[in-house]
Amino acid sequence: MEQTIFYILASVAVIGAILAITEKHPVHAILYLVTSLFSVAVIFYLLMAPLAAAFEVILYAGAIMVLFLFVIMMLDLVHPEKGLSPHWREWLPALLLSGISIASLAAVVLARHGEDAAAAPQALPIREVAVCLFREHGLAVELVSLQLLFALVGALYLGKQPKRGDTE
Amino acid sequence: MIVPLEHIIILAGLLFFLGMGGLLAWRANLIMMLVCIEVMLNAVMLVFVGGSARWGNADGQLFAIFIMALTSAEVSLALAMVVYLHRRKRTVDTDVFSEMKG
Repeated sequence: MEQTIFYILASVAVIGAILAITEKHPVHAILYLVTSLFSVAVIFYLLMAPLAAAFEVILYAGAIMVLFLFVIMMLDLVHPEKGLSPHWREWLPALLLSGISIASLAAVVLARHGEDAAAAPQALPIREVAVCLFREHGLAVELVSLQLLFALVGALYLGKQPKRGDTE
Repeated sequence: MIVPLEHIIILAGLLFFLGMGGLLAWRANLIMMLVCIEVMLNAVMLVFVGGSARWGNADGQLFAIFIMALTSAEVSLALAMVVYLHRRKRTVDTDVFSEMKG
């Protein structure tokens, strides 16, 4: 049952990603990407990571994608679906390189097949995850908070309106 | 572990290379480049969570959460820069911003 759900969600994620990267309109692309992110969040839940699944929905699909939407609305791109979309000739090297990468991945995985014979570990409770986060990776938490502060300051500086009379 | 780790890695690799191909194809549009980078980072998080479920270790989930925090910082800075560039040249075409070409 869970295996079937996993494969359905995997196909939804891949199809959503394909639609997101081939869509010409950025707003439609972001909505397809949100669909893909929701299915990946449910895959996280199936893989015994409920905390990561909740953060995926709240932070990724909820906050970051809405930030994208707000910025696209704010930029006032006139007819964004015209003009900037890649010509079919620009898809050729991308398709070639991605095809080579996917084929090599498939070859490696098929060559190493059959080594996976481990007992299934039980689910990790969130309490244990939190203890591991703040006891073993406390420095990383502090570094991430500092980095978010730097990103905030940088975004404030970049988004500041230039004063009248300033040179470009 | 409901499915073998190989299938999760195949799914993550497919998503990653889809994002990479999209990034190469959309290299003239800043916003679509950022969308493709999101797809790639999502695939990396999927690998971390899959490894965490395979070996019963919490570190993979924690690094997925760290990647989310890093992505939010990256996206906020990148979108601020998109707004700045759009304010200067009224476009998000990367080919226009080529004054530093020698």
